[in-house]
Amino acid sequence: METPDLTGDRIKQYLKEGKRFDNRKLDEFREISIEGGISSKAEGSARVKLGKTEVLVGVKMDVTEPYPDSPDKGNLMVTAELLPLSSERYESGPPKFPAIEVGRLIDRFIRESKFIDFEKLCIKKGEKVWGVFIDIYSINDDGNLVDAAGIGAIAALRMAKIPKYDAKNEKVLYGELSDKNIPLRKETPISLTAHKLGETMIIDPTKEEEDVSEAKMTLGGTPEGVISSIQKGDSKELSIDEVNKILELTEKARKNVFSKIEKLLK
Amino acid sequence: MTKEFKRPDGRKVDEIRKMSAKVGVVPNADGSAMFSFGDTVAIAAVYGPKKMHPQHQQDPEKGTLRCTYNMLSFSVTDRIRPGPNRRSTEIGKITGWSLEPVIMIKKYPNMVVDVHIHIIQANASTRCAGINAAVLALAHAGIPMRELVSSVSIGKLDKQLVVDVNKDEEDWEEGEGATDIPITMTNSGKLTHLQLDGKITTKDLKEAIKLAEKATKEVYEVQKKALKESLKIE
Repeated sequence: METPDLTGDRIKQYLKEGKRFDNRKLDEFREISIEGGISSKAEGSARVKLGKTEVLVGVKMDVTEPYPDSPDKGNLMVTAELLPLSSERYESGPPKFPAIEVGRLIDRFIRESKFIDFEKLCIKKGEKVWGVFIDIYSINDDGNLVDAAGIGAIAALRMAKIPKYDAKNEKVLYGELSDKNIPLRKETPISLTAHKLGETMIIDPTKEEEDVSEAKMTLGGTPEGVISSIQKGDSKELSIDEVNKILELTEKARKNVFSKIEKLLK
Repeated sequence: MTKEFKRPDGRKVDEIRKMSAKVGVVPNADGSAMFSFGDTVAIAAVYGPKKMHPQHQQDPEKGTLRCTYNMLSFSVTDRIRPGPNRRSTEIGKITGWSLEPVIMIKKYPNMVVDVHIHIIQANASTRCAGINAAVLALAHAGIPMRELVSSVSIGKLDKQLVVDVNKDEEDWEEGEGATDIPITMTNSGKLTHLQLDGKITTKDLKEAIKLAEKATKEVYEVQKKALKESLKIE
């Protein structure tokens, strides 16, 4: 059920006073939990919860041909499915825009952050490289699936082990994981989305808050403050002041979320 | 039955892997549950009863039970392309048939009850785990039911019947190879689902059904316990 106007108006009215229904601060995340090893058949997998929002993210790998424009680099493919299991709003069938958007945002976030060292995933230049598949599934949608998906992707990548590869027979020996991790950069990037509700900018919206969001901006960056991907979403315009506010809000939140994730992934 | 028969994971021939079940795993859903046989893990969520869309599929005589079954891309060693396929479509349908006899679906003309099943981690017997989770989710959603159903797979490895087949056993190649027989029964002992792939004599099949009758009783106890736990008031 969409959030009724009455509730939406009240949400915005509260935000004007700096208050949220669940008593969080404007830049405060809900409780984050990360559980690894969801599927032993995956090279890496994680369950991420942000409050009641839950996603499963899995990493699978395969040996494939490189793209012609990057013959010495591994491939990345990110897909997201918003399962009808996770909300009455989602229907089965070919992926609709919200699912495509989540997949695309996380794809660009991972790619542009250079988190994965794709050159190290080259087996034979121009012929064989590792492909990394990141698949995201929503289990319960209570808002902000995209940030949960970003955290899940990072967690699953960090926990993943490359499967053994039989070069002679050109076969991936699935189920026999090597002790090699996916080559990753030391700095873990974080993808966060800020939302504009009325005059107020917030992060980690619940579903009710997401419903009254007029514009949003997803930013991928490191806790040191280097931003590598941005996408503004939804049709409402943002003033320069508002954009600056979003930059400050997400920079602070990124540090918090980063330290929480580091603790959880230890 | 020969005593020397050794199962790949050391189980007794009539031993089910460690089962676990939990009700209420998807807060958004009207009912939901998780069921696992060892490392085969299924979750199910129920939405409804709600008005059937599209309208032309409405049945004024009775409600519709609509089941979908899906394996997550990373639930198996070789990644599955996300989205439905012929296998998942069929299993969804069969799951519906296995559940419908116990669901009082007549109470809901023009309505639909949606059951979504997802396999998170697969080590064979996924459709059985899915059915076991689905029936719990339906009960959790408060859909009126005559009784529960419980599902288990019986295997024939060469000449030996075993209960709750895992992947190593499904791929059994010695002797007569593997025969896989997923069976679903109501608690009162009626069959609502029976499939078989392989080769078996009538006598052995009768024996397999007997084994399933006993094994589904064990599954039932786990399901009942999970449902009772979900009703516990703190």
